Amino acid sequence: MKCAGLRMAIVAGICSAIATASAHAESLAVRNCTWCHGASAQGYTPAPSLAGQRYQYLRNQLADFHARTRDNPFSKQYMWGAAENLSARTARDLASYFSTLPRSAANDGDRELTGIGRTIYQEGKPEANIVACVVCHGPNAEGVGQIPRLGGLAYTYLKRRLEQWAEGYHAAAGPPMPDIAGKLSPDQIEALASYLSFIP
Amino acid sequence: MGSRFRRARRRARPPIGRNATVVSVQLALGAAILTGIFASAPRAEHMDMGSAGGLPAKIGYCKDCHGPAAQGYGGFFPIPRLAGQQTEYLENQLRAFIEHRRTNNVMFNVAHTLSPATIAALAAHFRGLNPSPIGGAPKQLVSMGRKIFEDGVPDANVAACAACHGPDASGSGQIPRLAGQLYPYVIKELVNWGKERGQNPAKPDTSAIMSPVAHSLTRTQIDAVAAFVSYLK
Repeated sequence: MKCAGLRMAIVAGICSAIATASAHAESLAVRNCTWCHGASAQGYTPAPSLAGQRYQYLRNQLADFHARTRDNPFSKQYMWGAAENLSARTARDLASYFSTLPRSAANDGDRELTGIGRTIYQEGKPEANIVACVVCHGPNAEGVGQIPRLGGLAYTYLKRRLEQWAEGYHAAAGPPMPDIAGKLSPDQIEALASYLSFIP
Repeated sequence: MGSRFRRARRRARPPIGRNATVVSVQLALGAAILTGIFASAPRAEHMDMGSAGGLPAKIGYCKDCHGPAAQGYGGFFPIPRLAGQQTEYLENQLRAFIEHRRTNNVMFNVAHTLSPATIAALAAHFRGLNPSPIGGAPKQLVSMGRKIFEDGVPDANVAACAACHGPDASGSGQIPRLAGQLYPYVIKELVNWGKERGQNPAKPDTSAIMSPVAHSLTRTQIDAVAAFVSYLK
């Protein structure tokens, strides 16, 4: 009797240890991300917000970090290592988890530039062959599928990303962003990044 | 494919009974409007090749949205395929944006900076491209779509699409090619026809021909036709 009770206690102990380990492993993967991306994944300079980002976009980015084709300096420095041993299953789970988190806008651009940014985003600049961002990224910069949500991302992240497209980083992502970003002036990039940072 | 289209051509010519009369009257009306439009279109103009307003820059500008081979792109809004499109159709649509016959804020902004000579050159460029269709439409809708495309929906007074757009959906003149067109784009156009096309009462155009057809098709029939044409090469 005593012996059976002890045995049960040991089995129960082992079971709970296994359960804790697997729950821990899951939160560990998330915690590896939030260490840089912020406790609720709202972004922390220079790591962008992941909360509410498009699922397919997140999956594609993790795949590109893994394949080392997203080669922007910070990607190379931080994300290549982070994605190195990520299983396809964990990448899916992380993309799913972060895409469903509630988001809040960074609101850190220059308020005075939002009007200019809005015009470029919604209407483009036909004389300079700059297309209207709205056509692909949506009226509220919400993105769709593999096209990222831009609304509410941090000013510095948006600005650097637009600059880096034109500098040739992440060229493997293909058209059209390198060509489009290459036509934007520094002032236009600042205006766009400001406008987008305030979109909830 | 070939024999099916030959069958469709036999059925389509002459088109079915009462619908045939309606369609031919509408076509004649369209042709009369066309003549008027083309009579007033200036052509001879110096073509700038180097600056932002030059042809290579404008082609790149179009392809930023419509895809590197103009195969179309599924953005937040579906962006239509331009590749292989009829030149007269493309030119007429660009003018339709400018003249507010076709409402689309983004395309109005794009089109109003283009000179008539650039419009003609762009249309000729896209006509010459022939990438594979993007695909992606639900395959189970294709056979229903083929039947509507080839036979129409006689009970709903819908003529066979093949009668005007051609048995291979390649279009003709101002009647657009539908082959390989994006599935969500064709749906969006047919669903919104009356709100998007023929919007300038002072300038009636050929889009009037499609109004009763778009209006009479059910949403399921629209999805089916869109799926069928999206896979045609």
